Amino acid sequence: MAEKSKYTKRSDGRKIEELRPIKAEVGIVPSADGSAMYESGNTRAIAVVRGPRTLHPQHMQNPQKGTLRVNYGMMSFSVWDRIKPGPSRRSQEINKVIEWALAPCIDLAEFPNSVVDVFIQIPQADAGTRVAGINAAAMALAHAGIPMKQMASAVAVGKMDKTLVVDVDKEEEDFEEGEGATDIPLCILSRTQEISLLQLDGKISPEELKEVISMGRKACAEILKIQTAALKKAKDVRGIEK
Amino acid sequence: MVKVEKNEDNSEMNAQGRQMVVPGETIVSGEHFLPGEGAYRDGDEIVAGRFGLADVSDKFVKVIPVSGVYQARRGNSIIATVVDVTFNGWLLDFGGAQNAFLSINEVPKFINKNELREHFDFGDSVACKVWDVKARGIDVSVKMRGYGKIEGGMIVTVNPHKVPRVIGKEGSMVSLIKNATGCNITVGQNGRIWVSGNSIDDEIKTKKIIEFICDNSITHGLTEKVEAFIKTLK
Repeated sequence: MAEKSKYTKRSDGRKIEELRPIKAEVGIVPSADGSAMYESGNTRAIAVVRGPRTLHPQHMQNPQKGTLRVNYGMMSFSVWDRIKPGPSRRSQEINKVIEWALAPCIDLAEFPNSVVDVFIQIPQADAGTRVAGINAAAMALAHAGIPMKQMASAVAVGKMDKTLVVDVDKEEEDFEEGEGATDIPLCILSRTQEISLLQLDGKISPEELKEVISMGRKACAEILKIQTAALKKAKDVRGIEK
Repeated sequence: MVKVEKNEDNSEMNAQGRQMVVPGETIVSGEHFLPGEGAYRDGDEIVAGRFGLADVSDKFVKVIPVSGVYQARRGNSIIATVVDVTFNGWLLDFGGAQNAFLSINEVPKFINKNELREHFDFGDSVACKVWDVKARGIDVSVKMRGYGKIEGGMIVTVNPHKVPRVIGKEGSMVSLIKNATGCNITVGQNGRIWVSGNSIDDEIKTKKIIEFICDNSITHGLTEKVEAFIKTLK
């Protein structure tokens, strides 16, 4: 970092590289092919996977491989002031970036003309909903038995004035002193360590961005452990006979 | 409860000594291992290509699926519903990624091409055997004995991964239910179970027993529990 900042602790008492308390659970929707919940502090995401199933309308079908379709939505009561439900410009962008973030882990070559639908709902939002959505969706896709080369874990790294912080919450996202707040969601693939999502909202120098990525990698490794543990604990799949 | 043993790396194993793996997790490391279904090689390591139970037998490493949609295998018996009638056969939905195709050549009698709907109409349920699995979908046949249109009774849908529990060891569970209720049971490996009995009460009783099996499928001594459950129904 170029300059040492005066902030060493955050508003909720976390250290700068500390994640919020995480909860993860797999198999929360029994009727779905795969489902998962991921909670980071006050942000919670539910992901449900349906499919592979035939894609309609037919003209959208790809005869070479299956299609991944993400549907992200915040529930109207997820924030303090009501949010208008339904698709919006923002949710369409998030659908697309989550699709691109998850596409390199899954292999749908076996399912031509089919679609794998991922529904992500945010019942409670406190910043970092797209990364929580990716974490939940990766678990739900694995739970749905989709052929996957690796897992995906995501975290939002932020900058408050000159301090880099991991896993920003809403208060930190709205930070206004000094240089203001910067928010960088990123997604790391578990095996190849590739970055499949990197967005930037704010200002950051190239040196600091490198630092952000290495902090993000460390945080994602922690998140991956929690995702793995949750998948292995999935209730409905244990002890099945051959 | 399933007895859980701890592995060296403190991860849990299931009763058969197989270990749960997540995509991207290294199962074994070594040049002499061969990746099978659900696994792939990355350098020296054999890596899980899906979520499931890792099965390492000798040199061969595969991942057994434990969840997700039904994936058809050649030789499976399934129960499917007619969704489309074409000029040379029927398209059937069996709850998988694609549809199944039943050609008129795979029906053991002569069929007039103008009267396809006389044999299997929209919405009819058909018990059939998978004879070919292709990328486009699967081909099914009703040529063998015991296959064909399903008439009467009811269809109970369960999780396809729990079908082995409903069948039991060499069909022991199915015969247990048959003896208890007097119903005929045809189990499709895609999770659809056809139940037909003398009265609707018998069929509902059978349905309750099947649901009980699926809800308690991970417990030890399932047969005894099912026997006790059957007694409470009488």
